[in-house]
Amino acid sequence: MVGCSSDGDGSKVLSKIAMNGGHGEDSPYFEGWKAYDNNPFHPTQNPNGVIQMGLSENQLCFDLIEDWIKNNPKASICTADGVENFRNITNFQDYHGLPEFRQALAKFMARIRGNRVEFDADRIVMSSGCTGASETLMFCLADPGDAFLVPSPYYPAFNRDLRWRTGVQLIPISCHSSNNFQLTLSDLESAYSKAIESGVKVKGLILTNPSNPLGTTSDVDTLKALLEFTSRRKIHIVCDEIYSATVFAPPVFTSISEVMREVECCDPCFVHFIYSLSKDLGLPGFRVGVLYSYNDAVVSTARKMSSFGLVSSQTQLLVASMLSDGDFVERFLGESPRRLRDRHRKFVEVLGRVGIGCLKGNAGLFFWMDFRKFLEEETFEEEMRLWRVIVHDIRLNVSPGSSFGCAEPGFFRVCFANMDEVTADVALGRIGAFVTRWHGDKNLRLSFKSLKSGDENNNSLSMTSPHVMSPRSPVVIARN
Amino acid sequence: MKQPLSLSSKATCNTHGQDSSYFLGWQEYEKDPYDEIHNQGGIIQMGLAENQLSFDLLESWLSENPNVAGFKGNHGELIFRELALFQDYHGRLSFKQAMVKFMAELRGNKVSFDPSKLVLTAGATSANETLMFCLAEKGDAILVPTPYYPGFDRDLKWRTGAEIVPIHCTSSNRFKVTSSALEQAYREAHSLDLNVKAVLVTNPSNPLGTTMTRKELSLLMDFVIDKEIHLVSDEIYSGTVFGPPSFVSIMEVLDERKYDGHDVWDRVHVVYSLSKDLGLPGFRVGAIYSNNEYVVAAATKMSSFGLVSSQTQHFLSVLLSDDKFTCNYIEENKQRLKLRHSLLVSGLSSAGICCLESNSGLFCWVDMRHLLSSNTFEAEMELWRKIVFRVKLNISPGSSCHCTEPGWFRLCFANMSEATLDVAMRRIKEFVAEIVVTRPGNPASNNQRPSHSRPLTSFRSPLSKKSLAKWVFRLSLHDGRER
Repeated sequence: MVGCSSDGDGSKVLSKIAMNGGHGEDSPYFEGWKAYDNNPFHPTQNPNGVIQMGLSENQLCFDLIEDWIKNNPKASICTADGVENFRNITNFQDYHGLPEFRQALAKFMARIRGNRVEFDADRIVMSSGCTGASETLMFCLADPGDAFLVPSPYYPAFNRDLRWRTGVQLIPISCHSSNNFQLTLSDLESAYSKAIESGVKVKGLILTNPSNPLGTTSDVDTLKALLEFTSRRKIHIVCDEIYSATVFAPPVFTSISEVMREVECCDPCFVHFIYSLSKDLGLPGFRVGVLYSYNDAVVSTARKMSSFGLVSSQTQLLVASMLSDGDFVERFLGESPRRLRDRHRKFVEVLGRVGIGCLKGNAGLFFWMDFRKFLEEETFEEEMRLWRVIVHDIRLNVSPGSSFGCAEPGFFRVCFANMDEVTADVALGRIGAFVTRWHGDKNLRLSFKSLKSGDENNNSLSMTSPHVMSPRSPVVIARN
Repeated sequence: MKQPLSLSSKATCNTHGQDSSYFLGWQEYEKDPYDEIHNQGGIIQMGLAENQLSFDLLESWLSENPNVAGFKGNHGELIFRELALFQDYHGRLSFKQAMVKFMAELRGNKVSFDPSKLVLTAGATSANETLMFCLAEKGDAILVPTPYYPGFDRDLKWRTGAEIVPIHCTSSNRFKVTSSALEQAYREAHSLDLNVKAVLVTNPSNPLGTTMTRKELSLLMDFVIDKEIHLVSDEIYSGTVFGPPSFVSIMEVLDERKYDGHDVWDRVHVVYSLSKDLGLPGFRVGAIYSNNEYVVAAATKMSSFGLVSSQTQHFLSVLLSDDKFTCNYIEENKQRLKLRHSLLVSGLSSAGICCLESNSGLFCWVDMRHLLSSNTFEAEMELWRKIVFRVKLNISPGSSCHCTEPGWFRLCFANMSEATLDVAMRRIKEFVAEIVVTRPGNPASNNQRPSHSRPLTSFRSPLSKKSLAKWVFRLSLHDGRER
């Protein structure tokens, strides 16, 4: 097939945005997915394949949702019970969304926060997942060249979602293992001052709480301090609360919406958060995102922009029905954290027994694993070499800390909720076996040291941009 | 409390275009919507291009295909988990295969499409914006023939920073695109210091309801080849062509002229959606089709910002794979549109109002120039306000579509029952019978004639209603406009 005729001058033919690497897909975060795609684990058909531990999905509670769907045929406009709604729903493209959809979401989000806050359904703007919500918020709050501060390590796709088409800059605030990667006020103050002094217009702070990749929640005092900081400087605070219902151990999740009333100088016009059903309910395919703002102008503008990524009305109806079912919500919010806790505990205990530590986490679908002792030198090159061993030799796709912008080499994000018990056992077995061999086998350490990028055994791990860069779940692969 | 200074310029500007009369009319409708039983005095919505004529065909398909309900696969197995987790921006292959098959059928199978060149987006709104992000940026211009769909101001310009420069089309040749109009638009863009990146056409046209002729398409191809720019063809109404001439897609022209291998092959892109042909705007199913691998690659990544719900992809992949259904649907839908179109045209005609001769779309482009008090856009808005607030019909004024000639309006016919359409026609007839026309002679001429003493605003004319109606009707026959 004929390629683009102006190869040497691609910018003449397409826009800069289309031709630059701003989509961020050249990161090793996505490389590992490619390794998995090339050789996906299956318990019977490919028992030596790569186990996907680099994809943060929640597959632990599908049975609860499947039961609900079987018992609620009216929620689908495709069933005999639901078809009377067919034409109204298929025709419905109002960017306000179905009222029952917004109301159900408002109730659900409040319930996740223990009903300690209430949400106004009219402030809910729908979006195509958090991906859509976060980009839209940037378009509303910032102009090209403006910057947002973001504590690192942070979710790699922020580089695409917040920056690519918006032209907004991200200024990472490095957090450190010495205090469990907590963001401190002094780190924030110093990053802010430095940015201002260099002439950058800082529009706000992005905080993911619970944190991806750390799997921890921010404590109340920290949230208050951050909110006070942003309020005094009249800059925005954007909280990504996508993992809010994955908190499985104390401390209880505290949302920015709860803290607002405790900070006297807080100006609601600068407070916004985003949410999605992709992690808490495990429904990333349905593309249900929420942008919630206490600023009327932001709600109004974001709503107009939501035309570019509305939620399918068919899905709105299903979600509205499901989340309005109080019994289902109670059962789900009770059971899901329990299953996450059990799975998390299993991993942490088994890894602990072979001497691998993790950051103490209480939320999320992953943990932040400390592999520093396996680095010969404390460098990111070593981290990548170790990563290749983990993917190629142990055959686990985990995500290297450098892909999250972590300032210290040797940390990896490991996902645990996107597999069944059998696969989890296999994964744990492989890690244990590797550690045992590592301690006893000098040759293993030597062969690891000699591994270079582009090694002939590791062609799939070369640094060129892979072509399949969007998540393909293990469940989906197995079916295919 | 509002703090506009802390927001982006996009948030505080007007480029979203929502202050246009196109949208204001919708708002008025929302305040007082017509209902056959509960609100017979309400405003009838004729400003929304929806296809509500063929839902029953979809509903009966559903009753014959129970497996698609409740997230079941072909053999009745529950595939809920797979769908719930499916967020691959390449989209479900089965769905893309079904989409390209359907798109080919709509073009009489004269062209075929490759699913790997199809990018799924959340509606054509997202497809058009995404294409613009891929092709243009601030300082660039997209040439668009007028009149055009008002939503383009938002979709093409708002967040991308690109500008639209109009290609002026006029009633003198039924609003067809001419090479002089193209050249003039190109020059105008340059005089504004803008770099022209593409021409974007809607074919079949919104708001005209006409299909582009082969001659026009050829002209466009020659133009974009000469200028080395892109051509985007928004073919969202491709399944609504109910009369001759039959629809010719730009992809057919590319094929026929054997451009495979030529530069221009990589610069022609098609936008599609199921919102109009299948009447499913709520499902947000749009697509970009391009032979340009860079565009496909970039657009695919960008589609992350507006993926199609996997639940919806699944349902539609089963529906559109059913050949018997699609074949029957396409034909039946066209017949119903044809009938409804003729009802609107004859209804308007009996009120002395002509339409541009059309063969597609969900609307007519209606000539009300003879009802204007003067050949100005102020008079057009005056007439529009009367029609919305007094006659209680929400119709779209030509100025909101950037038409260069005052007096044209878009009226939609496929989003209401026949009974409601009757009511609308009756109201128009009564309205026309009551107003006084003050401009004798051919209203299509550019000469402004001095207005006579009786203003158009008067509802109570000294003349008898009957004789006035005859006079208006006679005027409209004389000026040779198409029906």
